Amino acid sequence: MLEKIFLLLCFSSALANQLCKPDASDGYKVRISLKTALGDDAYVWNENEMFFFRSTLAFAMRTHVSGQRFEVSNIVVCNETPRVSFWFVVTSPQNLSQLIDKEHVEEAIRKSRSRINSAFLLTDNTLEFIGIHPTLAAPVEPVTPPWLIVFGVVMGAIAAGIVVYMVSTVVRKKRKKNEKTNGDDTDGETRVKTIESGRAADGVYNLSFADDERL
Amino acid sequence: MRLVLPNPGLDLRIPNHEDLDRMEKEEAGDRLKWDNKAQYILTCVGFCIGLGNVWRFPYLCQSHGGGAFLIPYLILLVLEGMPLLLLEFAIGQRLRKGSVGVWRSISPYLTGIGIASMLVSLLVALYYNTLIAWIMWYFFNSFQSPLPWTQCPLNENGTGFVPECQESSTVDYFFYRVTLNSTASIADSGGIHWPIVVCLVAAWSVICLCYMRGIGTSGKAVYVTAILPYVVLAIFLVRGLTLKGALNGVKFLFTPDVDELLQASTWLDAGAQVFYAFSIAWGGLISFSSYNPVHNNCMQDAVMLTAVTGMTSIFAATVTYTIIGFRATEKFDNCVSQNIVTMINAFDLHEDNITTSNYEAAYNRLNSSYPDIVLGLDIKTCDMHTFLSEGVEGTGLAFIVFAEAITKMPGSPFWSVLFFFMLLCLGISTLFGNIEGVVVPLRDLNVFPKKWPQEAVTGTTCFLAFIISLVFAQRSGLYWVTLFDNFAGSIPLLTIGFFELIAVVHVYGIDRLNEDLKFMIGYKPSIFWQISWRFISPIIILVILVFYMVIQAQEELTHLVWDPSSVSSLTINSISVIIRPDLRVTMKRMVNVVL
Repeated sequence: MLEKIFLLLCFSSALANQLCKPDASDGYKVRISLKTALGDDAYVWNENEMFFFRSTLAFAMRTHVSGQRFEVSNIVVCNETPRVSFWFVVTSPQNLSQLIDKEHVEEAIRKSRSRINSAFLLTDNTLEFIGIHPTLAAPVEPVTPPWLIVFGVVMGAIAAGIVVYMVSTVVRKKRKKNEKTNGDDTDGETRVKTIESGRAADGVYNLSFADDERL
Repeated sequence: MRLVLPNPGLDLRIPNHEDLDRMEKEEAGDRLKWDNKAQYILTCVGFCIGLGNVWRFPYLCQSHGGGAFLIPYLILLVLEGMPLLLLEFAIGQRLRKGSVGVWRSISPYLTGIGIASMLVSLLVALYYNTLIAWIMWYFFNSFQSPLPWTQCPLNENGTGFVPECQESSTVDYFFYRVTLNSTASIADSGGIHWPIVVCLVAAWSVICLCYMRGIGTSGKAVYVTAILPYVVLAIFLVRGLTLKGALNGVKFLFTPDVDELLQASTWLDAGAQVFYAFSIAWGGLISFSSYNPVHNNCMQDAVMLTAVTGMTSIFAATVTYTIIGFRATEKFDNCVSQNIVTMINAFDLHEDNITTSNYEAAYNRLNSSYPDIVLGLDIKTCDMHTFLSEGVEGTGLAFIVFAEAITKMPGSPFWSVLFFFMLLCLGISTLFGNIEGVVVPLRDLNVFPKKWPQEAVTGTTCFLAFIISLVFAQRSGLYWVTLFDNFAGSIPLLTIGFFELIAVVHVYGIDRLNEDLKFMIGYKPSIFWQISWRFISPIIILVILVFYMVIQAQEELTHLVWDPSSVSSLTINSISVIIRPDLRVTMKRMVNVVL
């Protein structure tokens, strides 16, 4: 009995090793950059982390591939490197020698990407599934473009400035007209004075008409 | 020497000294005056200090030997710029007219100089205001976080960015696609791009409002537009110096290369830059000084303005290069990190294996052990020098390099708003002088009916100019702006400046000018001014003019375009490299006035 179990285990691990290899047609390469993502707070990647990863993937497969109960043992990992990169394949729960298709694996991972990322405190860039491109977040675009708002404010200020200017010109003109009608008597005397003193120096060339003549 | 051409009737056309004194006392005539001396000085400073000081001078300084460039620059500032400045100030203050009026008074046959000044001012105002419209667009778009030029739009299936953005960069994409929607050549108009039209409306409205009553209103506006750039530059200096890698930029700028002094192109560029920086021959300075009191000390003003312009140029260059240094260091660090990641991924090494400090050693080790693999990895060479020299003049500096650098600073919307508002002030204060050089001659030439008030004249001019400047709102507008920048201002200004000198020295008479200056400021100009007016300045201008014309005549006309369909990848150097071989219309860098 014991020998049978032992043989079965050897056989399944051998089979698993055969199924999982680099550049497997139904497998994906994973690359994890802990230092880049977390800097000094980075945790060490060890067996336990790998177990966690496999269980996360199993969770993703369970959720998105309907009907099948995937176990941690269905996620087979191989070719681990110090970079922290490895290949994995997913075996079917019913038949350990059969691999799940690439498309299903990809779909499951894509749908659970954010959950997988947050489980490891990583992002799309630092937890890479080579071959599965992350869907990028669309740039945030507010409903009213902000620049139109600022433009509206500036044009409003300019319009207000023009209105203020026109009003002040009109007010000033009105004030000048009032002053003229009021102060005519006193002005007349001073004007006479200047003309008198001007007459003393005869023949001063009056330049105020110079422009018109010179045209 | 004392060669003065016969000029009958000169005394009848201009007021003599007694008339000037009398006009001063009685305040006769409806000519505008400055409220105080500060307004006049600020207006002149604002006119002279423009966009070119921020985005042309630093580039010239760095590319012509750094600190060594200051030698020809300062020499020519004093020998070429200052005498012409005093000449324009003196002539305006003495004859008390705008540019057309002044030349017409000296001799009716010289009216053409005034008209030429007016046309140059008009053409430059058109494309200058387009630059201001672009700056306004960036200013309007700075009031959001994150800034819109940090993001690329996604492609159809959402897994990547649009190829144009992916291959160049987010800032390039925002400038060439979102802002301008550039076509691939100047021949391809592409229709009007309405965001630019909107900004042009804003730009011309601002100018119209500020210049409504001539210097009466613009004189108030210059308190902000002339002083604010200095404040902002100081703030940016402090911010810039605290950024990582700033000193790399400053060192790069000022490291002297004395061999450059032996090149003719260095001296030519310095001379041209001085000439354009002082806004001589545009007619605006003559107008401005004609509103001065008769006994204003214009010689002091000329010297002061020269000193201020020189110092501001150097100050602005320092600030610019701290930011450029910061950006270059960022890009360099990114480049190295990128290479490290590539190598680590390819060889499956632990992340700690290669760091920035042992990058070189690790690279050499891997290259010697596995040269084939390393070759296939497409490792980019990270050269600090390249990063420091890319896209650092003209619009490329403001809209690409600086915009990118600002996105990397903490609190980027604030810095963006500040920077673009400073550029706006620099541009608008120069534009005041431009508009003055257009509106006053139009009045002198009686293009508008005499009874129209100043407001109507300003409004009509601005509106007509806006209609014409819609040319630059086309999708090919960028190429039109570059075309205007290279040909509208460069050679005409040099020619007008040269003829101004000849006209004053030989038609008006240098002796008469000396007497006028003695009357106005109390003493005759010293021997330095005499020699420079008679010999040095005319010769310098003539040399620069002849050289430029010779170079222009020999050059093939080509221009750089932004072409998303080109084969090579779009470079960050503001403009793509591949041009369709049948279209060759160009820009020669030396001849740029502003860009």
